[in-house]
Amino acid sequence: MAILVIAEHDNAALKGATLNTITAAQQIGDDIHLLVAGFNCQPAADAAAKVSGVSKVLQADNTAYEHQLAENLAKLVLELGRDYSHILAPATTTGKNFMPRVAALLDVAQISDITAVETGDSFQRPIYAGNAIATVKSLDAIKVITVRGTAFEAAELNGSAEISTVDSAEDLAISQFVSEEMAESDRPELTAAKVIISGGRGMGNGENFSMLEQVADKLGAAVGASRAAVDAGFVPNDMQVGQTGKIVAPELYIAVGISGAIQHLAGMKDSKVIVAINKDEEAPIFSVADYGLVADLFDVMPELQQKL
Amino acid sequence: MKILVAVKRVIDYNAKVRVKADNTDVDLSNTKMAINPFCEIAVEEAVRLKEAGTASEIVVASVGPKSCQEQIRAALALGADRGIQIETEDSPESLNVAKLLAKVVEEEQPELIIMGKQAIDSDNNQTGQMLAALLGMPQATFASEVSIADGKAQVTREVDGGLQTLAINLPAIVTTDLRLNEPRYAALPNIMKAKRKPLDVKTPADLGVELKQHTQLLKVTEPAERNAGILVSSVDELIEKLKNEAKVI
Repeated sequence: MAILVIAEHDNAALKGATLNTITAAQQIGDDIHLLVAGFNCQPAADAAAKVSGVSKVLQADNTAYEHQLAENLAKLVLELGRDYSHILAPATTTGKNFMPRVAALLDVAQISDITAVETGDSFQRPIYAGNAIATVKSLDAIKVITVRGTAFEAAELNGSAEISTVDSAEDLAISQFVSEEMAESDRPELTAAKVIISGGRGMGNGENFSMLEQVADKLGAAVGASRAAVDAGFVPNDMQVGQTGKIVAPELYIAVGISGAIQHLAGMKDSKVIVAINKDEEAPIFSVADYGLVADLFDVMPELQQKL
Repeated sequence: MKILVAVKRVIDYNAKVRVKADNTDVDLSNTKMAINPFCEIAVEEAVRLKEAGTASEIVVASVGPKSCQEQIRAALALGADRGIQIETEDSPESLNVAKLLAKVVEEEQPELIIMGKQAIDSDNNQTGQMLAALLGMPQATFASEVSIADGKAQVTREVDGGLQTLAINLPAIVTTDLRLNEPRYAALPNIMKAKRKPLDVKTPADLGVELKQHTQLLKVTEPAERNAGILVSSVDELIEKLKNEAKVI
């Protein structure tokens, strides 16, 4: 049977996490349908048709799906999903929001946040904030799965799938979108960046993050933060990297003034290369860093910015 | 307005997680247990709504063996009014928990159900959403701000890249994110008082729910170790290594 993947998108474009989820789906089977549910979402559907490995794009275009409200989206996926062996979505805040509703309505479990596919019904997923890895077997006929994007490569973009329209649309009208406030930045998004430079409590205050921003702009990097820096009010919480924030796995992660609490490590330890800059040589961050520099960040950052 | 809060007994967030030598599960023997941090935030939010005069009664429910009564008592000490323990042998799968809680909701008829967004043991992030689906109720997950007015809850949610605000009809389910509030510490007199608050025990059979196995845990292993690398002595050496050895800049 075919696999249904729910695309993450903003109507205008496909979000990167969709491509990683397609790769996970390809490890399960080869007939993959990609659902783009949105409003005025033709550009996103067109982008979906180009994803390698997708055999068909299903487009549901209705105001009911404009803001990906969980109630409406779950109902649509429930109607479509009964004919599939697997239903996958990225484990983003959108996927995490609606997918468990789909599972409950199908009377099946959800296997959350998988990081590896072992067989068509067995999957690995981190538990206890990544301090243990569980291998879980689904006993259900339909497997509802969310996928940790950083654990899978992105699918390529040289496909040409047909797009078919899904007419079903119902606005349950029990929840309404009011507003949204997205962080504006010219830098890449944390979860999509190839290089990330993050600051911790050692930064001292929010103004000092400008030192990280200057280095970030030289490297084309995103700027992140530890929970300690967020809790101290230095920076907004959407910058938080860690188990309770963003899970990232860039090619280069530079941790500045971050001690390396377990909760932070769980969010970044799959990065390809980790650099730690901290004046405390006992800081746990050094135990996961490929390159450590024991020094005062207030000396290092200006020098780094100047020499890069 | 009546509020139902569900809480889970989990490993204390400061305790070290050990994988059993036979790789069957995590070893929780002699481990400090506590109320799940996100659930504690849910209790605090309910108590604040009661203090503000919005809520009139707070019922706290937990699913698990008798030991989870400790966490119910902890919630009662924070300000909840009465508890319901749903007695099960161990900690059931999320869908089973959602089915049990759905029956409690049918009996109690709360207008608002507040839960943690996820438990820090299984990290599933799904029970609240499943409960909402089973009850046909709207949901607002990952809440960082909640206000109640005119039969609706207005909830600001922490989403990737920013914040989203929804208005949801009541009754509804809200799941908490970390920054919704900072839970208080229970005062000693309240801990004593909590011991005398009512706590009912029900079984899945009382609620007419048959627990079903949907998943099987095949094994639990330690995560791949990341080895410490080298210390560099200067910014120049760092840049040189990143350029020529790691080739990432």
